[in-house]
Amino acid sequence: MNMLRENNWVLSVGTFLPMLGVVVLMLMPKAQDRAIKLIALVTSIATLAVGVYTAVIFDYGQAGKMQFVAETNWISVIKSSYFIGLDGISLPLYLLSMVITLLVVIYSLDHVPSPGKPKAFFSLLLVLQTGMAGTFIAQDLILFFVFFELVLLPMFFMIGVWGGEQRQYASIKFFLYTMFGSALMLVAFLALFVKTGAESFSIPYLIEHGGSIAKNVQIWIFAGMFVGFAVKVPMFPFHTWLPDAHTQAPTQGSVILAAILLKLGTYGFVRIALPILPVAAREWAPYIGGLAVIGIIYGALGCLAQTDMKRLIAFSSVAHMGFVMLGISTLTSFGINAAIFGMVAHGLITGMLFFIAGSVKERYHTLEISKLGGMLTQVPRLGWIFGFCTMASLGLPGLAGFWGEFPAILSAYNPAAGLNVTVFRVYMVIAALGTVLAAGYLLWLYQRIAFGTPKNNSHTGDGHHEKLQDVNTYELLAWTPLLIGILVLGIMPNLLFSVIDPAVQATLVVFGG
Amino acid sequence: MLFAEQVLTPLSSGWFLENAWLIPVIPGIAFAMIILIGKRMPMKGSELGVISMLAALVLSVGAGYQWIQRVNSASEEQFVSPVIKSWTWWQSGGFEFGIGQHIDGLSVLVLLVVALISTLVQIYSLEYLRGDRRYTHFFAALTLFSGGMLTMVLADNMLLLLLGWEIMGLCSFLLIGHWWEEDVNSKAALKAFLTVRVGDVGLLVGIIMLYFTANDWTREHLGVSGFSIRGLSAWALSGEPNSTVIMIAAIALFIACIGKSGQFPLHTWLPDAMAGPTPVSSLLHSSTMVVAGVFLVARLYPVFFVGLDILGDGGNLIMIIGGITIVISAALAFVQDDIKRVLAYSTVSQLGYMMLGLGAGAWMPAVFHIFTHAFFKACLFLAAGSISHSASHHSFDMKRDMGGLRKVMPITFTTWIISTLALTGVFPFSGFFSKDEIIDNVGNNGYGLFMIIGLIGAFLTAAYMTRATYLTFFGAPRGASAGQSVNDVHDHAAHSPVAHGPHESGALITVPLIILATLALGSGFLNATPFGESWERMKLWVEPRSEVVVEGIAVASESVVVSKNYSPQSEEGHASSVCGSQTPETGVCYAPKLNHAPFKWPKAMISLMIVFLGMAISWVVSFRLYTKRDPKFVGLTQRVSVLRAGHKLLVNKYYLDDLYEKVIVRGIAYPIARTAYWFDQKVLDGIIHAVARSARLVSGWVYRNIDQRIVDGAVNNSASATKYVGGVVQPTQSGKVSQYGALLFSAAAVAALVLVIINT
Repeated sequence: MNMLRENNWVLSVGTFLPMLGVVVLMLMPKAQDRAIKLIALVTSIATLAVGVYTAVIFDYGQAGKMQFVAETNWISVIKSSYFIGLDGISLPLYLLSMVITLLVVIYSLDHVPSPGKPKAFFSLLLVLQTGMAGTFIAQDLILFFVFFELVLLPMFFMIGVWGGEQRQYASIKFFLYTMFGSALMLVAFLALFVKTGAESFSIPYLIEHGGSIAKNVQIWIFAGMFVGFAVKVPMFPFHTWLPDAHTQAPTQGSVILAAILLKLGTYGFVRIALPILPVAAREWAPYIGGLAVIGIIYGALGCLAQTDMKRLIAFSSVAHMGFVMLGISTLTSFGINAAIFGMVAHGLITGMLFFIAGSVKERYHTLEISKLGGMLTQVPRLGWIFGFCTMASLGLPGLAGFWGEFPAILSAYNPAAGLNVTVFRVYMVIAALGTVLAAGYLLWLYQRIAFGTPKNNSHTGDGHHEKLQDVNTYELLAWTPLLIGILVLGIMPNLLFSVIDPAVQATLVVFGG
Repeated sequence: MLFAEQVLTPLSSGWFLENAWLIPVIPGIAFAMIILIGKRMPMKGSELGVISMLAALVLSVGAGYQWIQRVNSASEEQFVSPVIKSWTWWQSGGFEFGIGQHIDGLSVLVLLVVALISTLVQIYSLEYLRGDRRYTHFFAALTLFSGGMLTMVLADNMLLLLLGWEIMGLCSFLLIGHWWEEDVNSKAALKAFLTVRVGDVGLLVGIIMLYFTANDWTREHLGVSGFSIRGLSAWALSGEPNSTVIMIAAIALFIACIGKSGQFPLHTWLPDAMAGPTPVSSLLHSSTMVVAGVFLVARLYPVFFVGLDILGDGGNLIMIIGGITIVISAALAFVQDDIKRVLAYSTVSQLGYMMLGLGAGAWMPAVFHIFTHAFFKACLFLAAGSISHSASHHSFDMKRDMGGLRKVMPITFTTWIISTLALTGVFPFSGFFSKDEIIDNVGNNGYGLFMIIGLIGAFLTAAYMTRATYLTFFGAPRGASAGQSVNDVHDHAAHSPVAHGPHESGALITVPLIILATLALGSGFLNATPFGESWERMKLWVEPRSEVVVEGIAVASESVVVSKNYSPQSEEGHASSVCGSQTPETGVCYAPKLNHAPFKWPKAMISLMIVFLGMAISWVVSFRLYTKRDPKFVGLTQRVSVLRAGHKLLVNKYYLDDLYEKVIVRGIAYPIARTAYWFDQKVLDGIIHAVARSARLVSGWVYRNIDQRIVDGAVNNSASATKYVGGVVQPTQSGKVSQYGALLFSAAAVAALVLVIINT
């Protein structure tokens, strides 16, 4: 695979710039609230600027190739190198992580969750950003693993410190679950390294040599990776950390978790598991597809059973990521394109939904669906924005969600050669039924929360006719880009497909076309 | 077989046809503007809606005129190719997908109906919703709806059609739930969206199946994708498709049509949708949106024709569903007290006629019925709205709040009567020319049983409409119409409760009524079969000709080069087409060959007699029951057990709502969902908790046996970091983390070692 190496400083700068911000933050006295926020804001704006610059100088004509590639020795003892690069699959996710971080920082300017401590909070946010961006550009398995794990700690603290009432349980559950997955993933990486002659951890090298590993070994190695990535996605039955983590995490944590962290798992499948172990991927694909459609239906049923708005949105992620995994499991470029589109769309939409849940909690002091109602009369703007996101989430054509969902269902009709067509067509029909359930739980939620007349919120102690503030400037600033993104990608899906497609095609070369 | 090749004259086109794609774009832009600046406009954004609809109407009329010219420029039997334009929308996995317009006779017809009725309904709404809480939102949603419908009508491929289809669903949701403060309304909105969405699964599946089975063929022969409507039409008639696959795809698509067009058994949402404001019922839920399903069948007719074996022996799915729908919904209309619900069931029943016609191969009469039905049904709803607005104090209850209104509301009464006569199919009102044609053609194509069902439907229609007319306009005024004040309001446009009694509505309401009534009276003459071939304009302009077309791969609409006129084989003397479900030898067909029943007055007289009989019986019964309170009739349904059972069945709507809401929806939403969640919390999490507990037990042992300095050191650092950052997480908790971490990492290391050893 030939790679483009010009301007290869942009990726390192884009990834590690937030760390510079962290260093500056560390030197600040705790009390300087405004300065701390300013530094965080400036850092994330600068990071995004670098990201945008990267996107501008990205050669779209060669989106299938790794660009801005940098490679230097790193841990030579284990033959791991600092090897980074960006192609059409990474670019949207890399950029998305920067956008989301900036928007979360903007939102946090006005909403540092209890117990405060902005210095620590913003530092963790920036560390998270480095971890997420790094994961999407790493071309070396050890480097990938380090970034992948780097994400874990800040999120653990974010849930454990700034979370809700059961934050300790949720944070530990999140941490252990992911650790468990990571451990197996590491096993798989090590085994892969050994089985390819202990030469290199570089992904392009492994793609070249991974195919020659014996089939049964591939299947075992794939199993390790599968668990590691599936926990992160999360796929049924490894998803039970997610509702707890989401429900307990502060709004910012939930947004980042939904928008970016979940994508690390699916990205891992596309970038690492499938191209390196194509034979195993083919064996595993029907099972992955099966778990994906179980996730679609099961997640939807989970949603219907919820009484808490945030927990419902969390469960909807299980269903939505099911569509993504279904697309991936077809092993076709069409399906994987859909999956990556779905990842971005889910990031925008569910990120938005968690923002809204945060704002609802702030205004109503509860997320119990039965205690909410008449949002459209009290806070009409918030209500309409919520309605828009609900529609996007249920996959209304013309909004971003549809282009992840429909092509994924479409791709299941015709999976890659060698996969059982009948099985996948059954998956297709089940997934299509899942869209009805999605409409069901989302609209039911919307009907209960936004329609009707406001419930008496006397338990808040703020009086019966408390005047609630509608969407404020910070919220509007943080949300508008997401809302525009949902609409623009919905109308012009090709903006994204044209970038992803060549890279996916290049990735799938190992499957023989 | 002999045939002559001839070079055909090029078809005329024009600006309006070439740029028809602008028609849905205008309401789209207007929608965005209403949302963004509507509230600051002098008329709160409603002017933007009305202007955009007028613009769409002008463009549609232009397109219609030029389409007629195009038809006239063709030779007599020549296939008039649609004006297609396409651009790349998106590409993925090596495939390209287009966005574009496909304009032909059917599109033009529906385009005109939608644009015209949208315009009239928006004008009507200016008055009807004056002072409403969400006046601007209402017009925004109405405009978006029109944009969605126009998009669907003009779509050149199935994905774009799906886009329009779903936008309409969204608008329907918003508009039914317009007064969402009340639980009933928001529940009706939810029900409508979900029920239609159940059908939409079929649409998704059908589109996907057709795409994959047709794509290779359409690429090779026409250079278009398997989403293209034109490509699919040609493919279906090429003899290429596997009969099972196309049958399943057609059934899947038809399920979507059942949902959208309120056919049995998914019709239950439509009467509830009357919870929306009356203009919405008039526009979306009677004349335009609900015909989307019928339109889809008409649009992709070749697919249904081949897939479901239309014109084959015996009935097919479309006919059966259409037939059932006609009768069961007409029967339900008898037990309704709410005037809008009577009309809603009537709509369901009329949509059944359209489906029956399409299923029986009567394409043209069915499509013509879309056209005429739109006018008279929109008119009836608007008349009902006029009554509630100006006479019955926002009530739609015929028994309680209406009666005797013919004197105070002469214009509303006249337009209602004209539309009722059109609906019941009395000569020479428009419904006669479309509905009777459907019944006639069903019989002519050999489906005697279904013809009888159609006639029974005509009888029932005449009877329930007479009942409704009697209750509303005749007899003594009751309730609000008699000037009594009512507390319980059904339909509350925030129109101030005026003290003065029932009166005629203002011009903004009556003018649309008059225009629609005029069309209800006159539109039938556009295809007046009784007066001979020269009157059958619609057939000439709209029906696609089943001619074998030979064209190059190029997609340009003018690429028709040669037509093969097969030598006259039939005794009728003109060229008979081979277009059917067989393969044309060369070239492609876009429309199957269909028959047309010759009009015969005796047959028409029979159906007219049936209609008059229905009216007469109903009139007598209504008079006896409601005015005379004749003891022989009053309470009859309570006394006779057979009638009582039937009445109970109807009042409970055949228990379908109970089945859906109490059994299926409740079942999924409660027991099934809760079981899944219980499984999640107790079983899956239970396993996790058990693992965690045993891990804690084992961890002591692990501590003594694993190199502690590295692992422990690292994790303890994280533990102290926890304390530093939050001071919240207790040492025991972080201690647990370190234990788990230690265990996991050591296990990982061991496992890696084992794996490597085993596999070397």
